[in-house]
Amino acid sequence: MRLNKEWTIKGIAMAVTGIILVLAGIAFAQHRNFKEEVVLGPGVTAVRTLGDYFTPLKGGPNDANVFILDSGEPGGTMLVLGASHPEEPATSLTAHLLVENARVEQGKLIVVIHSNPSASTVTRPGDAYPRFFHIESDWGIKKFRMGDRWANPLDSWPDPETYVHFPSGQLLAYMDVRNLNRTWPGRANGSLAEQTCYAFMRLIEAEGVDLVIDLHEAELEYPIIGTIVAHQRALRIAAMASMTLTAEEFRIGMEISPLALHGLSHREIGDHSNAPAFLAETPQPFLDRVRGITDESLLLTGKDEFVMKAGERGLLYWPIDEDGWPIDVRVGRHCSTILSIAEFWTMFNRSKPLVVTGVPRYADVVAEGVGRFFADPRGASAQVVLE
Amino acid sequence: MAVMVLYYVITALFTVILVRNFIKTRDVQKGILYLAVLMPFVLRLFRLK
Repeated sequence: MRLNKEWTIKGIAMAVTGIILVLAGIAFAQHRNFKEEVVLGPGVTAVRTLGDYFTPLKGGPNDANVFILDSGEPGGTMLVLGASHPEEPATSLTAHLLVENARVEQGKLIVVIHSNPSASTVTRPGDAYPRFFHIESDWGIKKFRMGDRWANPLDSWPDPETYVHFPSGQLLAYMDVRNLNRTWPGRANGSLAEQTCYAFMRLIEAEGVDLVIDLHEAELEYPIIGTIVAHQRALRIAAMASMTLTAEEFRIGMEISPLALHGLSHREIGDHSNAPAFLAETPQPFLDRVRGITDESLLLTGKDEFVMKAGERGLLYWPIDEDGWPIDVRVGRHCSTILSIAEFWTMFNRSKPLVVTGVPRYADVVAEGVGRFFADPRGASAQVVLE
Repeated sequence: MAVMVLYYVITALFTVILVRNFIKTRDVQKGILYLAVLMPFVLRLFRLK
């Protein structure tokens, strides 16, 4: 009798566990396997993948799509990296917008929407991130997947006790062995993130990239925010872009990439290639530790009463008010920052001009909404790439 | 890669031990605890999380 009672309870517990496992498993699998639809814009001349530049990545989780927009006219070559950290969605949206809208009149633009695709297939454990977010456009609603800061442990496991950065030997946090912005310049036989950075360095060499812009977002509790971080060879351009944007469009600072802080794009790309690197940051309250409910609304509106309260107490490095930091504002900032850097690159490098048109500036994105600039993937002439 | 495979082997080993303990225990509370602990191991073995 006692045995029957014991196994009845155990049976119920097993059933409940099974249901939880199935429901959770379906949710995780849906997120991991979801593909975003990218409509190739008028400027796209080729679509390659990162595996074309470093074959061990071919067909793997980080064989990212590489969109080439080549004018056919001689000029500079700019590489724009979106979603080095996929939990910073204004970066992938900006890169997505470039692919669908940009036209290159002189030089070549190379865009990667998901620079660390593995990290875009997982969200941060324990932080209750939404799996997806949705952007309204003229033709309907476009769905995107939310990601994490680090590559998916399903693709890169286990982490070391301490991550020793290559080649500097600097000791970094263990999980940053999966962080694309701590593993530059990468190595061929390293972790997935290190191999991905290594592949990007080969891409930079092979395509003759002249400058790199790595897009990011940051919490308002973090001091490096609302700014352009520049390698020492990129300071003139970053300073001019910062001053001009601040005078004409929005406040943005400029910081010099620290010499002794290794693994970051703005330090290592510049040190290990001919291409000076810039890192652009926008404010994203969703990432603040003091935030309230972590949902799609916070991700898209950037409105949070707890972050605002922290601001009132002087605990933040960037202002926030009841308007928050909406996704349109954040994407608009990145669009204008990219355009401004390209303009000043051309001003300082007359023999290698880089002229990009068709990309909305800050005021356009804020006025019309980012969704206005995404094409309908169901359109008759739409050439769609799954991302 | 070899280390990753070894970690999956270790995960499978823990899964077997947890299932075995769940079956053997006469304490229902412990049984439920074993099942709760088992979940992340199963999700990792099936490469879901």
